Amino acid sequence: MTRFIFRRLVAMVIVLFAVSLVTFFIFQVLPGGDPAVRMAGKQPTETQIEAIREEWGFNDSLPTQYLTTMQNLFSGDMKSYTTQLSVTEEIWHGLPRTLALAIGAAILWMAFGVALGLYTAMRAGHVSDRLLTVLALIGISMPVFWIGALMNHYLGYELSNTLGFELFPNGGYVEFTESPFEWAHHLILPWIALSILFIGVYSRVLRSNVLETMNEDFVRTARAKGLSERQVLIKHVLRNSLIPVVTLWGLDFAVVIGGGAILTESVFNLQGVGQYAADSIGQLDVPPILAVTMFGAFFVVFFNAIVDIVYAVLDPRIRLEESAA
Amino acid sequence: MAARDQTLGPDPGGSEFSGGLEVELTADERKAGLAGAGPYRLAARRLRRNRTAMAFGILFLILVLACIAAPLWAKHVAHREFDDIPGSSEMVTKGGEEVLIIDLSGVPIGPTWHGEYFLGADGSGRDAAVRLLYGGRNSLIIGIGAALITTFFGLVFGVAAGYFRGWTDSAISRLLDIIWAFPVILLGIALGTALALGGLKLGPLEVSGSSLLIPILVISVVYIPYLARPIRGEVLALREKEFVEAARAQGQGSLRIMFSEILPNVITTVIVFFPLLVANAVLLEAALSFLGAGVQAPEPSWGTMINDGVDRVVSAPHLAVVPGVMLVLTVLALNIFGDGVRDALDPRAKVKIDA
Repeated sequence: MTRFIFRRLVAMVIVLFAVSLVTFFIFQVLPGGDPAVRMAGKQPTETQIEAIREEWGFNDSLPTQYLTTMQNLFSGDMKSYTTQLSVTEEIWHGLPRTLALAIGAAILWMAFGVALGLYTAMRAGHVSDRLLTVLALIGISMPVFWIGALMNHYLGYELSNTLGFELFPNGGYVEFTESPFEWAHHLILPWIALSILFIGVYSRVLRSNVLETMNEDFVRTARAKGLSERQVLIKHVLRNSLIPVVTLWGLDFAVVIGGGAILTESVFNLQGVGQYAADSIGQLDVPPILAVTMFGAFFVVFFNAIVDIVYAVLDPRIRLEESAA
Repeated sequence: MAARDQTLGPDPGGSEFSGGLEVELTADERKAGLAGAGPYRLAARRLRRNRTAMAFGILFLILVLACIAAPLWAKHVAHREFDDIPGSSEMVTKGGEEVLIIDLSGVPIGPTWHGEYFLGADGSGRDAAVRLLYGGRNSLIIGIGAALITTFFGLVFGVAAGYFRGWTDSAISRLLDIIWAFPVILLGIALGTALALGGLKLGPLEVSGSSLLIPILVISVVYIPYLARPIRGEVLALREKEFVEAARAQGQGSLRIMFSEILPNVITTVIVFFPLLVANAVLLEAALSFLGAGVQAPEPSWGTMINDGVDRVVSAPHLAVVPGVMLVLTVLALNIFGDGVRDALDPRAKVKIDA
C-alpha cells in the first residue's frame, strides 16, 4: 500500500512538473509577441523597451526565466503586467468566492442529479422518463455563460424591476462575514446556472448505471430472497450505481475549482479566481492567466492523485493492476 | 421494440455487445430477414428507425445548410454583409414606418420580421440575422474542423500507442496525460490567448492571430486525449486477436496491419464519438470566443455574438437570446443524433466527453 501511494505521488510530481513546463512554454515560447513592447505603451523608445526587458527578466535564458517564473509564482512576487499587483494575492482574494460557488453548486448538482437519475431509471420508457431525459440533454447542450447571462438579466434585473424588490440580485458577491443571508442570496442564481450542465450529465450517468445494475445477478438474488423493491433499490442497486458517480463528482469538483467556474463567475460578476483570469484575457495580461492555469492544473492533478489513492485503499484490485502493469 | 427506438439513453434490455463488429439481432430484425446483413447495414437500419435521432439529425443538416447559404441571404434578401456598419442616419422600414437603425439614445432596432434587419440590428447597427448566419458558419467550420483534426490525431496516437506498446505507448500516454491534466477551458484560454497575440509559425506554415485556424487548432488539441485514450484501449485488445496474428503470420508489415486490420475495427468508436466531438467543439468555441480567446472581431461567431449581446442585454436582450438559441439547437441536435448513432451501433457503449 505504502509503495502504491509513493508511486502515485511520484507520478503526480512528474506530471506537475510537466504541466508547469507546458504552461510556461505556452506563454513564453510560443510566438506571443514581445510583452516588453506591449507594456511600454504607445510609441515607446528602444531604450524604454530595453529597460523593461531588463527589469522583467525577458533577456534571461529560458531555463532562468522558467525558474524565476516558478519562484515568483510561489513566493507571491509575480506581478500583473497591467496593474502591477501581486498575482498570488489576487488569487487568494478570489479563492473563497470560487470555493463558495463550487461547493454550493456541487451539492446542488449531486442531489438533483441523483434524484433525477434514479427517478428516470425507475420510470424508464414512460413519458416522464423521456421528457426528463430530453430536459437533461437540453441542460447538457446549454452554454453556462448564456443561460447564466439570461438568468441574471431576466430573473435578477427584469423581475426585480417588475416586483419592486430583489427576489434575485443582479450579480455581485457579498462576503459571508458581512451577511450570511445576502451571501447565499447572491449565490443562488450562480449555483443553479453552474449546476444545470452537471445535473444533466449526472442524471444520465446514474440512469444508465441503475439500469445496468438492475440486470445483475446479485439484484436478482436480493429479489429472490424476498427483499422489498424499495430495499433492493436502495441497498443494492443505488449503492452500487453511485460509486462511479461519486468518483466523477470528486473529479468534476476539482475541475470546477481549478478554472471550470470561470464563465459562471464572469457572468455573475463574482470576482473569483476564474473571473480574474477572464478579465486579464482582454488586456492580454499574461501573468494572471499563466498563474491561474498553473494553479488550476495543479489542483486537478493533486485531486486526481487523492481520488486514486482513496480508491486504491477501498478497492485492492486497483493496486494489484497498477503494480502488475 | 417500438418504444426502445425512442429511448435516448442506453437501452436496459439491449443486446450484449461483445466488442469488434458483432451485433446481436433483435427479434424484430430477425423477422425482417436481416440475419446475414453486415453490421453497418444493421446499424443504419436501426438509426433510420429511431425517429427522434433522425429528426434531430435533419435539424442539424438544416442549420448547416442555412449557415452555408449565408451569402445568398446577405446578397439577395438583406442586402448586407456581415461587417456592414451603416451610417448614423441610415433608416429602415419597420412595421410600415421608416426608423433609424440605431435610435438617438443608442438603442439598436429590434426585429423587423422582413428581409432587411430580420432580427434587428446589433450594437454597431449591423444586421443581426446576417451576422447570425455568418457567425454560425464560423462556429460550424471551427466545430467540424476541430473535430476532424482531433479525430486524425486521436486515431494516430491511439492506434500507435496501442499497437506498438512499449516506449511509444509510454511517450504518447504521458503526453496525453499532460493535456488531460489541464481543465479543458483553461488550456483553451491559455493556448487561445497566446496564439491570438502573435499568431503561429510552424516552419512554412504561418497563421495570423485573427485566423479561424487558431481556434480550430486550439480546440482540436484540447480534445485529443478524449478520443486517443479509448482507442488505445481498444487497439491493445485488438492486437491480440487471432485475425491480427494471422496477418502477422502472413508476413504483413505493421503499417499494413494497422490500416487494414486494426483501423476498420476502431472506426465504430470514431463514428460514435464524432457528433459528440463536434458538439463539444462548438460549445468550447463559444466559451472561448465569449471570453475573447477564440474568434477575433470583426469575424462573427455565435460565441462573440453572445458576448456582444450580453453587453447590451438591458436595451436589446434579443441580441443575446438569438445566437444562444441557435447554439443550443445545434448542440442539442448533435447530442441527440449522436446518442442515436451510439445506440444503433452499440447499445451498451458509454461515451462521455467533459464540457
